[in-house]
Amino acid sequence: MKKIKWLVPTIYIIFLMLPIYWLLNMSFKTTTEIINVYSLWPQDFTLDNYKTIFTDSTWYMGYVNSITYTVFNTIISVSAALPAAYAFSRYKFLGDKHLFFWLLTNRMAPPAVFALPFFQFYSSVNLFDTHIAIALSHCLFNIPLAVWILEGFMSAVPKELDETAYVDGYSFGRFFFKIFIPTIAAGIGITMFFCFMFSWVELLLAKTLTATIAKPIAAIMTRTSSTSGYELGLLAAAGSLTIIPGAVVIYFVRNYIAKGFAMGRV
Amino acid sequence: MNKTLNQKAWFFVIPVFVLVAFNAVVPLMTVVNYSFQETFGSNVFAWEGTRWFKEILHSERFHASLGRQFIFTFIILLIQLPLGIAIALTMPKKGWGVPVCLILMSMPLLIPWNVVGAMWNIFALPEIGFLGNSLNSLGFDYNFTQQSGDAWFTTILMDVWHWTSLVVLLSYAGLNSIQPAYYQAAEIDGASRWDVFRYIELPKMKKVLTLAILLRFMDSFMIYTEPFVLTGGGPGNATNFLSLDLVKMALGQFDLGPAAAMSLIYFLIVLLICWVFYTLMMKDEGRT
Repeated sequence: MKKIKWLVPTIYIIFLMLPIYWLLNMSFKTTTEIINVYSLWPQDFTLDNYKTIFTDSTWYMGYVNSITYTVFNTIISVSAALPAAYAFSRYKFLGDKHLFFWLLTNRMAPPAVFALPFFQFYSSVNLFDTHIAIALSHCLFNIPLAVWILEGFMSAVPKELDETAYVDGYSFGRFFFKIFIPTIAAGIGITMFFCFMFSWVELLLAKTLTATIAKPIAAIMTRTSSTSGYELGLLAAAGSLTIIPGAVVIYFVRNYIAKGFAMGRV
Repeated sequence: MNKTLNQKAWFFVIPVFVLVAFNAVVPLMTVVNYSFQETFGSNVFAWEGTRWFKEILHSERFHASLGRQFIFTFIILLIQLPLGIAIALTMPKKGWGVPVCLILMSMPLLIPWNVVGAMWNIFALPEIGFLGNSLNSLGFDYNFTQQSGDAWFTTILMDVWHWTSLVVLLSYAGLNSIQPAYYQAAEIDGASRWDVFRYIELPKMKKVLTLAILLRFMDSFMIYTEPFVLTGGGPGNATNFLSLDLVKMALGQFDLGPAAAMSLIYFLIVLLICWVFYTLMMKDEGRT
């Protein structure tokens, strides 16, 4: 029993890595090789696919766009959610429970429901095809999530911390920024990770709200595969590159990841 | 925790309220508006009352995609929950294995959803994909672009690949919060491995597992991008889930009225089921 225990996670990880390996494998092949030869590793190793992406601005600007709106969204979501989560974790006020559930309903709303009205709404306020439009639209599901996670972490901090600080003569602002925020720093890190993650992986809204200027990399991939034939090698290289930002972010939060996924609710 | 009554706390909530209302209320009202009207293009609208709602509720197309959606979500939960718990139970508890497992297992969660679809598409292609080629050389007649059974199999396998890690990480966090004293007590009592799982680990994981069910239900019920890229809803309508059908109707055929009515019904179903889960979860935390 003890000896075969490690087998389960190992097999699972191999299963997880196989499609990723296949994507990497294809990204180093030429499109002709992909279509004509079936091989477990590239026979005719090439970096041309990556070269195309890094020299063609319509390609690499896609990455810049995606990262730009993701960062915007993370900053907006977390800074708006911090005071709100504090209010939910510390105070009772009129309609607090209803408000909390109403926020969560927006995380539950299928983005497909909002695609068309978002398109019309952001066009009518002249924000169509801007980074800020995508960043704001992603607030729809990221703010509720951020409030939810932060509230979990803040509720775990005993209220005596606040009270002691006030007794010591701290003003609210000084207490909040000097004591409270450092105390829940791990929780804030995890929240930023989640906002980044969900904004980075979302495509439907990002694609609906952009035409050319702010187009995310993921949307550029779908377009290119349909117009210029089926450039599988290029598609695979572009896909492989989208894995990198996620991997970097995971590395930074690796020690908190398990608790973070439970949203402070363990 | 004892919360103080403080109406001024509303000021803290205002930024969140404004941002979310800006995004949720205005578009939602647009949807409600459309759902009662017929459009003739160039902003000419006519009042239609509840006609679209009646039509959608009686339309076979809606019943079919709703049915597919429920079956899909049910299968997903049935596979991912036990599998996720099993993996979390067998994961290393300390040492170098922990970060390695955590980092590698989180990878699928951070890949853009259409890349997941595209990745599985080239992974499963019958001729040139590893999965498709392996299955065919093993003697299976596998082709997910032509046979609906294979399309379902691939979509489910893709979702298991994509999201099981979320259940693993949640369960793992739940397991880690159990004090060693519980296990020692169980050992003294001579409890079997099953008893330990049934009476110690499972109750301790209840909270995170409710969260896992809630999140997995919400996200699998609104799945769009991955099957859109992988199968496009095909072959035929075999994997045409609710969101796919909705977007086809709204942006493809521009049937705004019926699409809006369908959106609202869709949203209400998700809301109702999530409300039940949420109430259960909050009751558990002793907050209601």
